[in-house]
Amino acid sequence: MNSAVLVFPGSNCDRDMAVALETVTGKKPHMVWHGDSDLPDNLDIVAIPGGFSYGDYLRSGAMASRSNIIDSVVQAANKGVKVLGVCNGFQILTEIGLLPGALMRNENIEFICKDAALTVDHASSTFTSAYTKDESISIPVAHHDGNYFADEATLDSLEEEDRIAFRYTTNINGSARDIAGVLNVSGNVLGMMPHPERAIDTKHGGTDGLRLFESLMS
Amino acid sequence: MKIRIYVTLKNGVLDPQGKAIHHALESLDFNGVNDVRAGKLIELDVDDNMADADIEKMCEKLLANTVIENFEIEKLAAKTTEEA
Repeated sequence: MNSAVLVFPGSNCDRDMAVALETVTGKKPHMVWHGDSDLPDNLDIVAIPGGFSYGDYLRSGAMASRSNIIDSVVQAANKGVKVLGVCNGFQILTEIGLLPGALMRNENIEFICKDAALTVDHASSTFTSAYTKDESISIPVAHHDGNYFADEATLDSLEEEDRIAFRYTTNINGSARDIAGVLNVSGNVLGMMPHPERAIDTKHGGTDGLRLFESLMS
Repeated sequence: MKIRIYVTLKNGVLDPQGKAIHHALESLDFNGVNDVRAGKLIELDVDDNMADADIEKMCEKLLANTVIENFEIEKLAAKTTEEA
């Protein structure tokens, strides 16, 4: 399984993501600079890591979503390559338009950094098949702009098409319909605010994130 | 030519920052405020002959996220007259 991790100025979870991917794939991911034009050949997964790309200037993920490498990411996604965006990566995916909606300032306007209880809403996707439906898991969150917004029609279609991967068990940031992670129509793109790569080792205090990466292997 | 782009949240989109400002105003005993919405002002200095369509494109492609935001373009007087 070949993977790549995008790196932007201000990314700070790129190395954690690389460790998580290497742990399950046994292969070092390609680290791809945002200024490059092409992704490596024969990729199975592209990860867009958390952090504060471009200092969150203008809007979280806005600048990163217009950087050089993004055209290749969109082409890869359209060809069926799996794309995982975590935290700032989720914000970037919505700014690109690969996922619907937007991530707004948390409802209580505070930066939230803690373990969040999530409910697995969709356990048969390529990202979540190692979980069971309605299972409760604990994954860390660390964000200021995690308040998921989409218009009612979009939210309805996400529910109808079973594209909500994870919901907050208790809504921590004001997200519409408790949404913590969403899939694209064909199920090969996942964006989520919680950080599965920060919960893959007992030394992290929990390993509930590991199965997301294991799901990718099956 | 200077132009100002006002980026504001669409109606119906919750504005947590506006709400916080509203609460802060109330805590300062300004009680007649019914609602607060916060937005952004982006000022650009562009070539005088820049086409309106290009300015709109800049807003749509980068300056505003049209999923949640509206934008308004205001053209200010050309530099020469402004400085006179």
